[in-house]
Amino acid sequence: MKSLSDTAVEARSLSVSRGGREVLHDVTFGLPAGRITGLVGPSGGGKTTLMRTVVGVQRHVSGEVRVLGMAAGSAALRRCVGYGTQSQAAYEDLSVRENLVYFAALLGARGEQVEELLARVDLEAAAGQLVRSLSGGQRSRVSLAMALLGEPRLLVLDEPTVGLDPLLREHLWGLFRELSGAGRTLLVSSHVMDEAARCDEVLLLREGMVLAHATPAELLGRTGTSDLDDAFLRLVEQRP
Amino acid sequence: MTGAVATATRVLRQLRHDPRTIGLLLGVPAALMAIFRVVYQHQHSGFERAGPALMVIFPLITMFLVSSVALLRERTSGTLERLLTTPLSRISLLAGYALAFTLLAIIQAGVVTALSLGALGLNVAGSTALVVILAGAVALLGLGLGLLASAFAHSEFQVVQFFPATILPQLLLCGLLVPRASMGSVLHAVSDLLPMSYAVDGIHHLADQPGASAAAVGDLAVVLAFAVAAILLGALTLRRRED
Repeated sequence: MKSLSDTAVEARSLSVSRGGREVLHDVTFGLPAGRITGLVGPSGGGKTTLMRTVVGVQRHVSGEVRVLGMAAGSAALRRCVGYGTQSQAAYEDLSVRENLVYFAALLGARGEQVEELLARVDLEAAAGQLVRSLSGGQRSRVSLAMALLGEPRLLVLDEPTVGLDPLLREHLWGLFRELSGAGRTLLVSSHVMDEAARCDEVLLLREGMVLAHATPAELLGRTGTSDLDDAFLRLVEQRP
Repeated sequence: MTGAVATATRVLRQLRHDPRTIGLLLGVPAALMAIFRVVYQHQHSGFERAGPALMVIFPLITMFLVSSVALLRERTSGTLERLLTTPLSRISLLAGYALAFTLLAIIQAGVVTALSLGALGLNVAGSTALVVILAGAVALLGLGLGLLASAFAHSEFQVVQFFPATILPQLLLCGLLVPRASMGSVLHAVSDLLPMSYAVDGIHHLADQPGASAAAVGDLAVVLAFAVAAILLGALTLRRRED
């Protein structure tokens, strides 16, 4: 049994409507603190909406979402939750470093942290470049570095490795592992199943409902399959 | 406060990477003022009438356009959403924009005023400092109206269409073309409701009366009140939670 303090995010009977259509239907789950949970499933399944709800920027939410013991979106959480958006939101007409310096000031982060993070996401060489001129993979690392600013206890990262080469992807998963080792909780979305295998737990979301929430090994065991793609297909067949 | 200063610094850094926009913001009003002077070459009294009004119209036009597009980009690029997940308050965000744009407007007004009162021979009896302050207040008004326009637009195409919708009527009725005193009672009543009428009244008072006349200071206060109201109303449109 997990006690409450071991749970970083807890959602009960969560339903969310966007544009008059319900996209999450009565979802209940808990994310263990200090672990990496992979949020996977087909696109359009509600992954981004679920992440936005946890961060507290989503409207039309019913049910209860508690983050680090507080209601999602509480003012006190704004220093504790790092959010890497899918849109890779950064100022196009600022350099990489200037973007980080601005958000560091807003979060009251240490001055040296900007340079540390530039090194962590391997963007030192591009630090002076305008974001406008970056490649897609570089932009997603800017977004990631921005989410890591301050000392967030919970990191919500929407498709952080999309468009990255295998080497860089390996490097970033090493970084995620290191962060979770330091006690941070990570919620990382992906539509690629092989990334789910790198997570401690997998939350499978399909058509706004939780199809499964288990460790990768449990998912394989439960479905009698040898890879997570097959496990996903089997689960869909079992529960049409 | 640190949030506002950090935001103002960020906005000015964005502009610094865009020297063409800075050049246009500072150079175009001065060039237009010079053209105006030449247009009224044989009728200096016409320049004495319209010239001062232009000094408060430039900051309205430029700051409305710059801020409506800048804030629309904040909304559509995801940076606003990201900002609102940080401890930055919405008022600090807008205060940052206000600081940066007012500074820019004051530099713009300084250039235009120096040129107009110097080389172009415009006569302003009142306080030059107050002329520049009034231009700064109008810039804040432009920011507030631009912020509101950005809330009702989904694209840059739409947001610039708010210019003829919200700014042009004010320019037609503010006393630039026809003195407000000679307008019919209906038009006059409408123009009484529009902030730019007070800005133009104020600059005319400054042009005619020495020092900082009570009438000019009163008009400045009205413009500031409209500006603050527009910015606060606009702040309500920056929602932390979106669809």
